[in-house]
Amino acid sequence: MPSQFRFFPEQASTFASRIDLLYFVLLAITVVMSVLIFVMILFFMIRYRRGSKVIRGPQVGSNLRLELLWSIIPLVIMMGIFAWGADIYFDRSYPPAAALDVYVVGKQWMWKLQHPQGKREINELHVPRGYPVRLTMISQDVIHSFYVPAFRMKQDVLPGRYTTTWFEATKTGEFHLFCAEYCGTDHSRMKGRVIVMEPAEYQAWLQSSTGTFASRGEQVFNDFRCGSCHSPEAGNRAPLLTGAFGRPVALVGGQTITFDENYARESILHPQAKIVAGFGETAMPTFEGQLDEEQILALIDYLKSLSGQAASPSAAPSAGSSAP
Amino acid sequence: MKMSAIEPRTDYLNAGYSVRSWLLTQDHKRIALLYLLAITCMFFIGGAAAVLFRLDLMTPDADLVQSETYNKLFTMHGVIMVFFFLIPSIPAVLGNFLLPLMIGARDLAFPKLNLLSWYVFIAGGAFTIWAIVHGGVDTGWTFYTPYTSTYSNTHVMSTALGVFIVGFSSILTALNFLVTIHTMRAPGLTWFRLPLFVWTMYATSLVIMLGTPVLSIVIFLVALERGLGFGIFDPALGGDPLLFQHLFWFYSHPAVYIMVLPAMGVISELVTCFARKRVFGYHFIVLASLGIAVLGFLVWGHHMFVSGQSVYAGMVFSILSFLVAVPSAIKVFNWTATLYGGQIGYETPMLYALGFVGLFTIGGLTGLFLATTAVDVHVHDTYFVVAHFHYIMVGGAVMAYLGGIHYWWPKITGRMYPEWWARLSALMIFVGFNLTFFPQFILGYLGMPRRYHVYPEEFQMLNVLSSAGASILGVGYLLPMAYFTWSLWYSPLAGDNPWGATGLEWQTTSPPPTENFPVIPTVVTEPYDYETNSDQTITVRRQGEFAHE
Ligand code: HEC
Ligand SMILES: [Cu+2]
Ligand SMILES: [Cu+2]
Repeated sequence: MPSQFRFFPEQASTFASRIDLLYFVLLAITVVMSVLIFVMILFFMIRYRRGSKVIRGPQVGSNLRLELLWSIIPLVIMMGIFAWGADIYFDRSYPPAAALDVYVVGKQWMWKLQHPQGKREINELHVPRGYPVRLTMISQDVIHSFYVPAFRMKQDVLPGRYTTTWFEATKTGEFHLFCAEYCGTDHSRMKGRVIVMEPAEYQAWLQSSTGTFASRGEQVFNDFRCGSCHSPEAGNRAPLLTGAFGRPVALVGGQTITFDENYARESILHPQAKIVAGFGETAMPTFEGQLDEEQILALIDYLKSLSGQAASPSAAPSAGSSAP
Repeated sequence: MKMSAIEPRTDYLNAGYSVRSWLLTQDHKRIALLYLLAITCMFFIGGAAAVLFRLDLMTPDADLVQSETYNKLFTMHGVIMVFFFLIPSIPAVLGNFLLPLMIGARDLAFPKLNLLSWYVFIAGGAFTIWAIVHGGVDTGWTFYTPYTSTYSNTHVMSTALGVFIVGFSSILTALNFLVTIHTMRAPGLTWFRLPLFVWTMYATSLVIMLGTPVLSIVIFLVALERGLGFGIFDPALGGDPLLFQHLFWFYSHPAVYIMVLPAMGVISELVTCFARKRVFGYHFIVLASLGIAVLGFLVWGHHMFVSGQSVYAGMVFSILSFLVAVPSAIKVFNWTATLYGGQIGYETPMLYALGFVGLFTIGGLTGLFLATTAVDVHVHDTYFVVAHFHYIMVGGAVMAYLGGIHYWWPKITGRMYPEWWARLSALMIFVGFNLTFFPQFILGYLGMPRRYHVYPEEFQMLNVLSSAGASILGVGYLLPMAYFTWSLWYSPLAGDNPWGATGLEWQTTSPPPTENFPVIPTVVTEPYDYETNSDQTITVRRQGEFAHE
């Protein structure tokens, strides 16, 4: 982590250089425009100071051509900047399918981070260089915001629903992790670090895990007897969850919805909100208040694994598999 | 003209000296002065909070105060400066004083309502000050939920009540202005002969009328959730925290224009007067004001690019935010063009006006960074944002307010201010301001989040610079307090029109009589007709200068 004075932040993710380039273009526009305006003002200030002898000519009240010109040119430039920014924003909002998963739970005033392979960290996140990492985040209390300046990456972490974002680190080292949304007394102490490692090192670091996150989820699944309804043995009491994650679900009322993290969470905590078609009669009990955020995430990771989506230790990066 | 200024006569100031004649006055000019006193107190309370936290930020650790206190300090600074100083500043003080004078009326349409709105303001202020005295509030001026509605255990309710109440004060003033502008213009004063300041008061009043009720509602909802446990914003109660942000910014983005449009109006008056020029592109400036008022309501989501709002919503808000930047740019170009071919003088009000144009340009251009979704992802909630909005609200609105106070001081009090001291303080404010806030742009891009009490060491140097600047800025603000007070007794009399300005307010005496004009004037020309009467006006100014020596 850098601790000396600097004027410009480190670039340590694929987005950093893209965003910085746009930033420099904006900076150039800012400098050119302000210099233009300031020089004109200074020039007029001196030339037309009261009592100076220059000829003024008649006072012009307006000039439609000129005014349209200085309205339209900035407009066109701004639309260009908008499109450029939107393009990057779009990319940063949709993680690539092959990303590694990390689950984040924020609470006053710490970060809890969970790797599907089993490792659990507090205020520290280890990731491999050169792999996209998707963060699925939720807060246990108020709104926080997950911010890594060196990655030019920030996403608010809300209570009650998952938000996601992603990054791909390009540089090994340690980088600041900040909470950027004011969240109470120790907001400014809700900090940590992101440690970017070479993939091989990261692989070795992961090895010391005991049991995957999905297996913790399976444990919860069994403890709370979800299988008493959600299993082939239970007959048609509840939809089967194997292979369900990531697929479309038909609901009572005719809509379809994709089975994603937020839908899974809602199904567990507020089963009545969206009911699966064909199960209008048999109600699922709510588990609100019985499961904490980490257990719910574990369950979701387990559901993912039932659809072949969760990472087992072997799905963690090995050199060369999906590296750029 | 000079003679008449010396003869004793009754004006609105010597019309009565009793406390009652002030506290129960219905004269818009006296009410303006009541506001001036009230918001000046508020400004120094809000400023004191800033002094304390800037001192604390000189080092990376918590040394002067605890984090609880630090959080209360920045909350108090924000709440007071936004709701109790910036929003009322130009409209309630200068607007109240000048609007009837500028349109040739004897008062506002509803003088009693005007007095009521001052009392409402004081009531709102009282609740907020009560909350501060009894331990403060730590939610930030943005009151984000569910922190504010559920988690904070400070004086949220009384602060919220204060802000709720003060909103009605703005609404009443805005209503009064709108009716006045519509119905009480002097004969011959057509819409397109209105001074630009009046136009911006009109646009601002519209924004206040349409936006402030939403703020009232959202505060009410927060109170319902906090007090009675209704689930509105807290997901634990079945609410939606983003709903709060949408409602809050639906008011609070337009609130930026409530602060800046009046400032733009003041600047248009100052630039024309001191350049002795007709304003360039009058119609474009009017349209720009109205355009800003309308578009300003459609961009609130640019505060929420990383909040979890949908990506497409983010893009729509981004494009609209770029659109609203265009009218602001138009105004800067128009002011610059107004200088062309002028007879530019550099008295203090003009120094403020030029300072405004410079700082507002930087504030506006850095706004483009924030409107750009991808860049905002990085700088949102960092010091970059803090720097940006201080360039707009302090570099812009406060500079214009001070410029306006200097410009109209002779009209308000009948006396000049001391020019030398005023220029010195304008310079100190300009230098101090830039030293305080420019380093914050760099800090923000480096990644220092806002509202951080303790911070990594590598940010210290820039924070020290910023605090040093703040001390210069502080002295810059104290100076006018001193010399304005001094000038009430010791400054030379100003005469009716020391600047040789064209507005109707300069055609009556200084200070004006209670009824403003002995005879209601008839308007026959455009507002900034400095061409036809430029010779005469400059002579008048020289006389003013002479009296001053
Ligand atoms: C009493 C029986 C019962 C129990 C116990 C139960 N469920 Fe359900 N579950 C249902 C029924 C019935 C539905 C379909 C109706 C609905 O959508 O609410 C369902 C739906 C779901 C869905 C949505 C499935 C889809 O295909 O869209 C998920 C996810 C789910 N349950 C997870 C769980 C988990 C996790 C547990 C244990 C913590 C659990 N359930 C316990 C009965 C049950
Ligand atoms: Cu925080
Ligand atoms: Cu805004």
